[in-house]
Amino acid sequence: MPRRTMIEAIRDAMDVMMSRDDNVVVFGEDVGYFGGVFRASQGLQAKYGTSRCFDTPISELGIVGIAVGMAAYGLKPCVEIQFADYMYPAYDQIVSEAARLRYRSNGQFTCPLVVRMPTGGGIFGGQTHSQSPEALFTHVCGIKTVVPSNPRDAKGLLISAIEDPDPVIFLEPKRLYNGPFDGHHDRPVTPWSKHDLGEVDDGHFAIPLGSAAIRRPGEAVTILAYGTMVHVAETAATESGIDAEIIDLRSLLPLDLDTIEASVKKTGRCVIVHEATLTSGFGAELCALVQTRCFYHLEAPIVRVAGWDTPYPHAQEWDYFPGPARIGRALIETLEA
Amino acid sequence: MSDPNLIRDMIPQDGAAQSAEHPPLRLHVPEPAVRPGGTPDFSNIRIPRAGQVNRPDVDVDAETIRDLAFSVIRVLNRDGEAVGPWAGALSDNELLEGLRHMMTLRAFDARMQMAQRQGKTSFYMQHMGEEAVSCAFRKALNPGDMNFPTYRQAGLLIAGGYSLVEMACQIYSNTHDPLKGRQLPVMYSSREHGFFTISGNLATQYIQAVGWAMASAIKNDTKIAVAWIGDGATAESDFHAALVFASTYRAPVVLNIVNNQWAISTFQGIARGGSGTFAARGLGFGIPALRVDGNDYLAVHAVAKWACERARRNLGPTLIEHVTYRVGAHSTSDDPAGYRPKTESEAWPLGDPVIRLKNHLIVRGAWSEERHKQAEAEILDTVLSAQKEAESYGTLHSEQRPSARDMFEGVFADMPPHLRRQRQEAGV
Repeated sequence: MPRRTMIEAIRDAMDVMMSRDDNVVVFGEDVGYFGGVFRASQGLQAKYGTSRCFDTPISELGIVGIAVGMAAYGLKPCVEIQFADYMYPAYDQIVSEAARLRYRSNGQFTCPLVVRMPTGGGIFGGQTHSQSPEALFTHVCGIKTVVPSNPRDAKGLLISAIEDPDPVIFLEPKRLYNGPFDGHHDRPVTPWSKHDLGEVDDGHFAIPLGSAAIRRPGEAVTILAYGTMVHVAETAATESGIDAEIIDLRSLLPLDLDTIEASVKKTGRCVIVHEATLTSGFGAELCALVQTRCFYHLEAPIVRVAGWDTPYPHAQEWDYFPGPARIGRALIETLEA
Repeated sequence: MSDPNLIRDMIPQDGAAQSAEHPPLRLHVPEPAVRPGGTPDFSNIRIPRAGQVNRPDVDVDAETIRDLAFSVIRVLNRDGEAVGPWAGALSDNELLEGLRHMMTLRAFDARMQMAQRQGKTSFYMQHMGEEAVSCAFRKALNPGDMNFPTYRQAGLLIAGGYSLVEMACQIYSNTHDPLKGRQLPVMYSSREHGFFTISGNLATQYIQAVGWAMASAIKNDTKIAVAWIGDGATAESDFHAALVFASTYRAPVVLNIVNNQWAISTFQGIARGGSGTFAARGLGFGIPALRVDGNDYLAVHAVAKWACERARRNLGPTLIEHVTYRVGAHSTSDDPAGYRPKTESEAWPLGDPVIRLKNHLIVRGAWSEERHKQAEAEILDTVLSAQKEAESYGTLHSEQRPSARDMFEGVFADMPPHLRRQRQEAGV
């Protein structure tokens, strides 16, 4: 099976969908001729022409605004916001428009739209290239939020997102574009070509939105994670020697609550890990759901490991980032509780 | 902080803030010419004589018609005659139909305004004085074209043949509400009638219209899009993004600004700033920009035809500022007596669109005062019977309303598990 980086897998998903469906269009800042600053759309303009893959002015509001109009017309735009940190000018278009067309028009107008955005830190991007705004989307009714953790999932989930009849926010952990990140910034990164999940089928395949994956089966404690933190949590489990079951959520909304519930009922313990700031993060929602569903099976308080409630710093990136050591301590704390 | 000495110490003293060369800076906040109690004054609005503004070819270079962004295209003169190069496009029957649309909209507004006062709905927004803008524009469009309207363009629906009963049912949020009670009154939606679902967030749809038009071009379609915005909302970033994208991709879209002088209580000078007109906003983008007498049915229609033809011929966007006046309150929640002279609407120099078209038809020999009175009575009957039928399906606070179960439908194409659980919890 061919091996691909996460960028190659994402590009392949768009390529597959553009060739299958003339209504799929791809655009954003630097996306056309150059192929995007991360090169996710490289070659698509040459292959499909400028009317289906093009550069836009630097206006996130404009990018998502025209995409909403195009989707209402009947196209399926898959647009790129260069960094998730830049999406705020487009937020009104996402929250008040894309998310509500179907509902407020009683189905006369719909918005099959994908907004791709690189998310998360670990690249010394400072405050404006490192944020993880997923909770700002999961709090909005009418949109789906997806975060892949590997090339295979990225392709299958992006194909599902483009085929979805409703708007999907597709957050791509940029620290994972070239290889799985184990959380140790001072060690060399294994490329995806040496990782099983770098094996990505050619052609069309879809991974349904709303299905989690168990990345590491275990008995002692359940770790709920997504994106970069799936790999960091694996390191923490290995280094602490704790038999953790790691669930990669893949899709935050819709959420695969059944898989979560079955695991926590089995282990009786739960650690939730995300890179985004702690307060009102998606971990709070997970925590509430787990305690409601699994209260009588819990043997310890649920613990959250997250980014500190500060803006994402530059020099202090590795003090901020919830690395294997912090996760390991949380696992021990949970087991000793 | 109540110590006056302390406060004084925090304010830079004379001299400390002054440079030797210039007096201290002062903030400029624009003010309308008149406030309540004053004498209405529109002397600042320059209005050329009807027929005076030339009509360029549709493929004109935008650079050569910059003056049209500062003038006002008018067809009907004071004597009710249609004059000048923008006249002559409409037949007697088309004009009579236009008059009927405007009168219907006005009668419908009056009934719905009253229905709101009677508690049959929560809210209403009327068009008084602005009827020509949406009624005339609609007649320049083809089936399949798409409007992205604001809340004061219901003339697009009425002139497009949409049912008054459905409009009233939407306003009443009753069992026949086509939007199942999910939207505020007057936030209509009808794909079939080329009327995009209205957003109460102003300006968001201006850029969407550009995207819709771009999609039509991408698909080599023949349909065009029409964007609508008020004078106040042109201050939103969405408006400026729309002009950038429309200009860059030469989108087949008509960009309308309805300048009715007032954004709730804020006069148009606050959004317009130092620019001479709203139309002039288009000039920096190389977009042909025209101002039109928004109370002149013939002028609005002629300018709309011109702009739509440009779009259809792939010549790109056109910006139109409709100069009009909001005679009524912003909405049923507003009282203009608090911010403008009560008699201001009577002083509005462009008159009443219904009376002006009526007078023109009389001058043409196609209409009379008697026939007008008769038409008023007939239209009122039509509106009343539509209202009555709609009320038979319920009003806002009656038992006949969309079900709570409907509330959970249509958030997504397929209801996800969490919403299914919530609906179950709600017991509906």
